Amino acid sequence: MVEHRPWLTFLTHAILLLGCLIIAFPIYTTFVASTHSLDAITSSFPFLPGRHLIENYHQALTAGSGEVGATVGTMMMNSLIMALGIAFGKISISLLSAFAIVYFKFRFRMFFFWMIFITLMLPVEVRILPTHKVVADLNMLDSYSGLIFPLIASATATFLFRQFFMTVPDELCEAVRIDGGGPIRFFFDILVPMSRTSIAALFVILFIYGWNQYLWPLLITTDESYYTLLIGIKRMLDVGEGQADWQIIMASTMLAMIPPVLVVIFMQKQFVRGMTETEK
Amino acid sequence: MADVSLRDIYKSFGKNEVIHGISCDIQDGEFIVILGPSGCGKSTVLRMIAGLEVITNGEIAINGNVVNQLEPADRDIAMVFQNYALYPHMTVFKNMAYGLKIRRMAKAEIEKRVQRAAEILELTEFLDRKPRQLSGGQRQRVAMGRCIVREPKVFLFDEPLSNLDAKLRVQMRLELRNLHEALGITSVYVTHDQVEAMTLGDRLIVMDDGYAAQIGSPLEVYERPATRFVAGFIGSPAMNFLDARLRSDGKSIEIPGGINLPVDSGGLPDYGGKQVTLGIRPEHFELTEQKEDAMHLRVNHVELLGADTLVHGHFGDEKTLLTARLPDIYHFKKGATLSLTVSPEKLHLFDMESESRIQN
Repeated sequence: MVEHRPWLTFLTHAILLLGCLIIAFPIYTTFVASTHSLDAITSSFPFLPGRHLIENYHQALTAGSGEVGATVGTMMMNSLIMALGIAFGKISISLLSAFAIVYFKFRFRMFFFWMIFITLMLPVEVRILPTHKVVADLNMLDSYSGLIFPLIASATATFLFRQFFMTVPDELCEAVRIDGGGPIRFFFDILVPMSRTSIAALFVILFIYGWNQYLWPLLITTDESYYTLLIGIKRMLDVGEGQADWQIIMASTMLAMIPPVLVVIFMQKQFVRGMTETEK
Repeated sequence: MADVSLRDIYKSFGKNEVIHGISCDIQDGEFIVILGPSGCGKSTVLRMIAGLEVITNGEIAINGNVVNQLEPADRDIAMVFQNYALYPHMTVFKNMAYGLKIRRMAKAEIEKRVQRAAEILELTEFLDRKPRQLSGGQRQRVAMGRCIVREPKVFLFDEPLSNLDAKLRVQMRLELRNLHEALGITSVYVTHDQVEAMTLGDRLIVMDDGYAAQIGSPLEVYERPATRFVAGFIGSPAMNFLDARLRSDGKSIEIPGGINLPVDSGGLPDYGGKQVTLGIRPEHFELTEQKEDAMHLRVNHVELLGADTLVHGHFGDEKTLLTARLPDIYHFKKGATLSLTVSPEKLHLFDMESESRIQN
């Protein structure tokens, strides 16, 4: 892979640029649409940004689009709470369950491991009806806990931490025992700090996963004040015969992209490290 | 400061018994080396003393208190692991201080102890570094420092030098010995390296397949090995073994080729006429001019070590392989015949069946 041919360099760059353009173009049009008045977009679509940027975003954040009943600001907060709740919840639960499976010898240990593992094959959509029934019975409809808890269990993360813990030498655990620490100390003082990079990588993935949840929040929220942003955007489109507020919808879409992008930008170093190296 | 006593300890993993009853009284301040080949159970014994393995049967007592049921932390021991087991995300200082922190020692006291240990081990300038920024020898010292700051009753070492290169190993060996002399803490050291064992230990426990084959000072073990296994394991190159027969009066040994070697002191009348195994260390052969009653070795291969010459050759009609280590340099040709003698007190006799030493 170290050939130095000018046309090859040109070709690879051209392909990369083309790829970037294909991905960037819809985002660009979204941005452009969010900066014009409704009339300007619906008549003939402009290709340069207009002058209504601040006005549109301000309206989206504080008032929202006519019939949804919640501002984008509220919905962003809901999405953020849900995404963070899912990310932190999943990480803590899977750290603990991986810890139990790797370091404790209890009856049916492998049985539990395989039970967790098998749930990998069941996505949210498959178990959505029974889960809804349970959440409804627990009176958790229209609540943050209802949004977060059913999505917290994660076989993938448990499996990932299990694999990582198995590479941690047993001597570290024994060294802690000799130093006078129990399992809890070993977990918090040694294992969690050592898993730092994996936790960061998982956080990025899980935050985006949580942020992009659509079906589950759609199913269990009827109260507008618990709408997440993705549902909000969908609701903004349901105007029947009327005219959708496209400029507001586009502004909301741009806003919906910001938090995941920020998470990726600020955590990319840890993310890459978590994916490629282990600290030992 | 403490003595440790092992009283008839056994260890089984499931139905598989791996330690078959070991007893040993370790004196206060003594440096005991447990020596044996891989898989003989030496690390298991150490881990039982540490409390990392449950004792299946028997008792371990530290300072007279039976510690069978105590957690490692409550036994007041410290252990150096083969791979050091340093906490990778903590600095050297924190690594050493961790055990003290858990014990809720005052900050100032922790600081004082870590600084002192760092001085002893010449680690002062590395206190802020992470383990991965250190060389093997330095990591080794941090692992030692973690033990020293605790001021435990007993030090346990599990093959601590085996991951170091040869030169560093020699240096660390001396440092370990000096450290032991300075601190005087009872130490149990596991190794498969006989040079480490001979140079470090006040006494050795030579282990063979879960049994303590011999417990004694390094010289005792070398000069009077209790079993054929110990004789073959200690010493490099390994001891030569020959099938031999005691004459009926027990005063001389007949070896293949009709050669008679006299037995030291009064002879062994009890064993008169019996088949025995004769052991001779390579370094105890001497060249001789005399042809009568000398062993004739047909040279096969010569290794010049500088200070010594190793001669590998065949002996007798059955072409038994023998190795001799001769001081100084000799250029023997392949196929030449050497005449060798051994002084009677350097002969080792072992019972054919029990493989234990025949005392004379």
